[in-house]
Amino acid sequence: MSASAALFRLLVFPGALFAVPMSWLMVWLHRKVNARLQGRVGPPFYQPYYDFVKLLAKQPVSRPTLQRVVMYGLPLLAVASTLGALALLPVIPGSSGFTGDLVLLVALLEFAPLCSVLAGYASRSLYGQIGSTREAVLGVVYSLPFMIALFALSSAAGTLSVAGVATVPSWMVKAPALAALALCLPAKLRLNPFSVPNAEQEIYAGSLTEFDGPSLALWELAHDLEWVALVGLWVAIALPLPGAPVIVQAVVFVLVLLAIVPALSLVASGTARLKLSQAARVFWQWGLGISTITLVIAAVWQ
Amino acid sequence: MSIFDPIVRKARRRSAWLYHFNAGSCNGCDIEMVACLTPRFDVEQLGIKLEASPRHADVLVVSGPVTRTTVASLQTVYAQMPDPKVVVALGSCPASGNVFAGSPTVVGPVDRIIPVDVFVPGCPPSPDAIIDGVAEAIAFLAGDVERRPLAEAAAVPGNAVTGGVE
Repeated sequence: MSASAALFRLLVFPGALFAVPMSWLMVWLHRKVNARLQGRVGPPFYQPYYDFVKLLAKQPVSRPTLQRVVMYGLPLLAVASTLGALALLPVIPGSSGFTGDLVLLVALLEFAPLCSVLAGYASRSLYGQIGSTREAVLGVVYSLPFMIALFALSSAAGTLSVAGVATVPSWMVKAPALAALALCLPAKLRLNPFSVPNAEQEIYAGSLTEFDGPSLALWELAHDLEWVALVGLWVAIALPLPGAPVIVQAVVFVLVLLAIVPALSLVASGTARLKLSQAARVFWQWGLGISTITLVIAAVWQ
Repeated sequence: MSIFDPIVRKARRRSAWLYHFNAGSCNGCDIEMVACLTPRFDVEQLGIKLEASPRHADVLVVSGPVTRTTVASLQTVYAQMPDPKVVVALGSCPASGNVFAGSPTVVGPVDRIIPVDVFVPGCPPSPDAIIDGVAEAIAFLAGDVERRPLAEAAAVPGNAVTGGVE
């Protein structure tokens, strides 16, 4: 992949220029569907954009320099790593990444939650620390099935590149792997029933309790971008169109992304929040079970 | 005034996040406040959201007569909110003390402690009145209406903050 192609993927498609409006669209759709399911009207179309602009324009309470560095550095790192993960999604044919980019993708996807955990501890707020603890535990718990499912796919494909993993021909391996990944999506997006780290009725805003103004805007942006990155990874694995023209691929990608959001909203509004131990049990039993079966099938398939 | 000013003002008009502070309220106003979030009133269509942390909020909604135990917290929460911010006093208690006026444990009304922009009368006020009050507060927030100087009271020596508590 040449430098200009990499820059295009990072900044234009599927990177910043595409992903930021797309993430706002997905977040708006989620809030709207959620509201409609509860019998409400829901927020107007531009709501995530207005929230972001308003937060950017707030004047944060003054802090010492080191605190300011930490409180802006962590969300900036989270935004940057999520954008990096987005750039590695195999939605453009031709410039199909490099060997080993699956490892980099998983690392970048895990980096934003790590920053969030650090942010909670660094803020030294009691609620931030409880939120961080919960997020760290949940992160350990959902990462295992997530990574085993991706590992099963890559061993079936015989490669560590994302594009190779996406084109695994066998649905015997792909279907259970996608099921395990889908189980991890609500937890990674902090949605019900796994909204343990940001349980606002229990621990206020969790790890983000002490963040205000522009730094909170960056966190909101990082979390919004995670919608595109995580759902995008799922869609890229579920529906690869290797032969199709770029435009068709892009349009199908966007439409399927938007189709997944109401499904996530339906799950989120139809369930109540689990306790941390219950959420952990779901992932140890079901997540780990499904992904281990996937790994066995992949090994047999070899 | 910058070129971003109209954009920012529009965003402030459409995205007011509320933080609700209970300063010794009987819970009546709080229930009416929560009713604003229900399908019948649904303030989310105005971009209004109830936030859990004062650091995230634009509008501080205070209910209750401000008791001795809540004064310090009220001042802390007000100081934690980033500018621009506005304060809405919810119901009769923060405005006058209501039935608790004259009690030795009450140090309100609230405008002796923090500057208040909008008073919403009622015991409890109806959700319609609350939404109307918040809409009025949003006009201050966006700079559409000049903020009225209700802040002097907090600077008067010998009031609840400086001397009246003990």
